[in-house]
Amino acid sequence: MLTKIVRTVANQLIVFILIFGLYVIAHGHLTPGGGFQGGAVIVSGVVMLLVAFSSQELKKSLRERVLSIMESSGALIFIILAFIGIGTVFFYNFLVGTPIFGRIPPTGPNPGDFWTGGVVPLMNLAVGLKVVAGLSAVVLALALFASGEEVEE
Amino acid sequence: MMEYIPLNFPFLAAALLVGVSFYIIIFKRNLIKLIMGIAMMASGVNLFLVALGYRAGGNAPIYTDVPAGHMVLPVPQALTLTSIVINVAVLALMLTIVIRIYRHTGSLDSEKSRKMKG
Amino acid sequence: MKRQVTGLIVLLVLVAFLVLGVMPSIMRDFGYPPSAMDDYIINNAQEETGNNNVVASVVFDYRGFDTLGEATILFTAVTGVLLLLRASKRKEEAS
Repeated sequence: MLTKIVRTVANQLIVFILIFGLYVIAHGHLTPGGGFQGGAVIVSGVVMLLVAFSSQELKKSLRERVLSIMESSGALIFIILAFIGIGTVFFYNFLVGTPIFGRIPPTGPNPGDFWTGGVVPLMNLAVGLKVVAGLSAVVLALALFASGEEVEE
Repeated sequence: MMEYIPLNFPFLAAALLVGVSFYIIIFKRNLIKLIMGIAMMASGVNLFLVALGYRAGGNAPIYTDVPAGHMVLPVPQALTLTSIVINVAVLALMLTIVIRIYRHTGSLDSEKSRKMKG
Repeated sequence: MKRQVTGLIVLLVLVAFLVLGVMPSIMRDFGYPPSAMDDYIINNAQEETGNNNVVASVVFDYRGFDTLGEATILFTAVTGVLLLLRASKRKEEAS
């Protein structure tokens, strides 16, 4: 555990990192970014918390059961979204034309509209959830194994 | 023969990265240095993939507030995204296996852990 | 000393072979790639998928099967790491 100044600054900075990562994930169909890139930004914030506080303290907040449920639900939502449009092809974009996420933008350069894109923003959220849960579990397991012989059940 | 020597700097940089990582993987014996050579080769291959799809004077392939002109190719960038994620997963698995080898035999030399006995 | 000199000569021969032998035989000029499929994707991606981001529509809509395989690899690697890093207590009790 580092000094009091580092702990206070890390507590204040994690809010901004979380908001920026969620912005990159949610606007993946308008600006460069998407699920994988936004997930990597949030995991770097978790690593900053792991360095400022020790890994024994962080184990009380990030329990293993919550991370496992998050990762499994992200993978399941991705597969269910792929299977709904099975009438035409696998991975069919069934939301183009419907009022939810279904508007079509004018051709050529334009300022973006948020409610476009079809099924792609929902897939971005599912992949982002999967990446955040998986990579933070790996980082936490490596730090706990290096500091002491802790049995994770 | 002399007019075929390419002066394309992205391809030269990718060839240099792959060549140096070949030297590291063949001639070094420390396990951590081998892993670093594999990561360097992954970076060289990703750079080569993105540099293949460049059109001279093109813009980014995104339609939100883009200046007028033609765009670069989007398909090699999509393949590079997949390649980066796969390299991260394989690198994490390699590092945990090296941790287990070190706890079992007590040294990081690749010559000492060649036999397959328990 | 002799080992390192041999290694340096091998490195120079390999880089020279890559730059002079392989690249002029299969390379075009830098900046003019063949682009029949990508022209179709750039011209028609806004009407068919409704995205402004052409790279995201290629990753999730035109080539979504590769993203499914990549999500599977990420899941398997995380499971493998968490399985290998459990300190075993049973060996000290059994012996």
